[in-house]
Amino acid sequence: MKTFPWITVRPKHARFSLRIDRRLPKVGLIVGLLVLVIMIVNMGVGEYEISPFDVVKTLLGMETGDPQHVLIVRTLRLPRMLLSALVGLALGTSGALLQGLTRNPLADPSIMGINTGAGLVAVVLTILVRNFPARWIPVAAFAGALVAAGLMYVLAWRKGGDSPMRLILIGVGLSAVGSAVTTLVITIGNIYDVQRAMIWLTGSVYGRSWVDFWAFAPWVAIAVPLAWFQARQLNSLHLGEDVALGLGVNVGRQRAWILFVAVALAGASVAVAGVISFVGLIAPHVARRLVGTDHTGLVPTAGMLGALLLVASDWIGRTIAAPNEIPCGLVTAVIGVPFFLTMLYQHAKTK
Amino acid sequence: MLATDSLTLGYDGPNILDQLSITLPAGQITALIGPNGCGKSTLLRGLARLIKPKHGAVVLDGHDVQRIPTRQLATQLGILPQNPVAPEGLTVRELVAQGRYPHQRWFQQWSAADETAVRSALEITNMVELADRAVDALSGGQRQRAWIAMTLAQETDIILLDEPTTFLDLAHQVEVLQLLEQLNRQSSRTIVMVVHDLNHATRHADHVIALRAGVVQAAGAPRDVITPSLLRAVFGIEAEVIPDPRTGVPLCIPYGLCAAEPTDSLLHADAVGSRA
Repeated sequence: MKTFPWITVRPKHARFSLRIDRRLPKVGLIVGLLVLVIMIVNMGVGEYEISPFDVVKTLLGMETGDPQHVLIVRTLRLPRMLLSALVGLALGTSGALLQGLTRNPLADPSIMGINTGAGLVAVVLTILVRNFPARWIPVAAFAGALVAAGLMYVLAWRKGGDSPMRLILIGVGLSAVGSAVTTLVITIGNIYDVQRAMIWLTGSVYGRSWVDFWAFAPWVAIAVPLAWFQARQLNSLHLGEDVALGLGVNVGRQRAWILFVAVALAGASVAVAGVISFVGLIAPHVARRLVGTDHTGLVPTAGMLGALLLVASDWIGRTIAAPNEIPCGLVTAVIGVPFFLTMLYQHAKTK
Repeated sequence: MLATDSLTLGYDGPNILDQLSITLPAGQITALIGPNGCGKSTLLRGLARLIKPKHGAVVLDGHDVQRIPTRQLATQLGILPQNPVAPEGLTVRELVAQGRYPHQRWFQQWSAADETAVRSALEITNMVELADRAVDALSGGQRQRAWIAMTLAQETDIILLDEPTTFLDLAHQVEVLQLLEQLNRQSSRTIVMVVHDLNHATRHADHVIALRAGVVQAAGAPRDVITPSLLRAVFGIEAEVIPDPRTGVPLCIPYGLCAAEPTDSLLHADAVGSRA
């Protein structure tokens, strides 16, 4: 008999046992290394070129012979790189939760209207409200994400039970309405306000500092472990509402809680980096190929792949049209749209 | 022991079951029978707290199940719903392991007891060879055995099953029913199942509850309950009931529909309980 597909940590005399997906350590190590390498390379590119070796030396606090390196690497570029990794982690994790929750591989914070809600609120406040303080926009965007998710929950779940397709359709519908209103607001706004608002609509980590990083990091530090702890509940929910109830899952409460964690991650990401689409769609999908459907492995893997995807997108955005910079949100959209359409096509074919 | 106390169940429309009080004998196999829409699946779902009662209660060992924490209840009572669907690519072993959910906590994710329970569930259901195959790649009978194994890994004294043999061919039907009988005989588990085939009910159940339009028409041992007049009243069919040549249990041979009256109310019952 083959063994169980997980590593068990079970001390002999303790009432304690942990289960770790067998493929997780290897995948985690490889993806983690890739993220690290891309971040180091990415920190070297830009107007002021620095070799990867000098980047590493500077990060480790060693002399490189160029006094500028410390400022450029540690003050300007490092927070941006770390932030992009964390935003990717948050979006990938959020997508894995939403896909598990809806039992739909096409679910994602942008498709479900969560990002649109956040973006809409940011745009409306920037353009229509005179002198709305910029530092409150992230908070408002977060609230917008929550409202959009609440609408989804009420419209799709209160009556319809757990029909995954219904949820997606309502999400797409809400997104369309949200985008339409956003466009409307943009067309009536003045150019200067619109430009500021556009920052929210094309997600970017351009110019983010340590202040942004430290504002965002606590969200990830709290919400991502919470997401991991929901993995077993997600596994049960994935078997269908009746089976989950029979297994003793408090379905209503668990769903609301998982949705809240997913929205908190997606909303905080929009608040700090604007609307970055498709990371939450692609990362869990690739993660499923790597570690299978068990959420104890899937949720962490999707998070790490999300980080990889965003770090790589930022690097591509910074190098492909240098010296101009393409926002990473645009790069993920360019990768994501064909990916989404392919999946939609395959989904329709298997039905 | 599982029982209902003037249990009233329904969805948005009219009640499907009204003031139903029944007892499900402990350690026996009970079959719920009746025409489509009679409320037998609704009753099973109600027993498993998948639907909240409008009035009355489901009582387990003297306690209202709505007051028992759902996870604790899941260590006493397991349910296999009709046609459950496993996520793509999930292996049999992973599915069966999920039956351990109510026994686990965030700090107790995979105990030695979990491992033993899953292994023995796989052995009893004869799924050891198939344990590493994806559930969605199995035949109907194997898939049903995998789900039963998951319910067994839950290690509950009571197991409820909603039409466990639907969509299975004859050999697989017999296989599943024999497995349930074996579970009942060897570890005296209480089994309650909704069945369509009357002869399955008479051959494998100790206790039969016949429902029509949400009302119990008869309850008791198959020998006492299954009679031509009951079949007329419950199903609206004319049938011969003869003793099974091997076991002596009643065997039904339907040969026609009754006259107009019961058929009409049968249609009515269908319309009323269309969601059941």
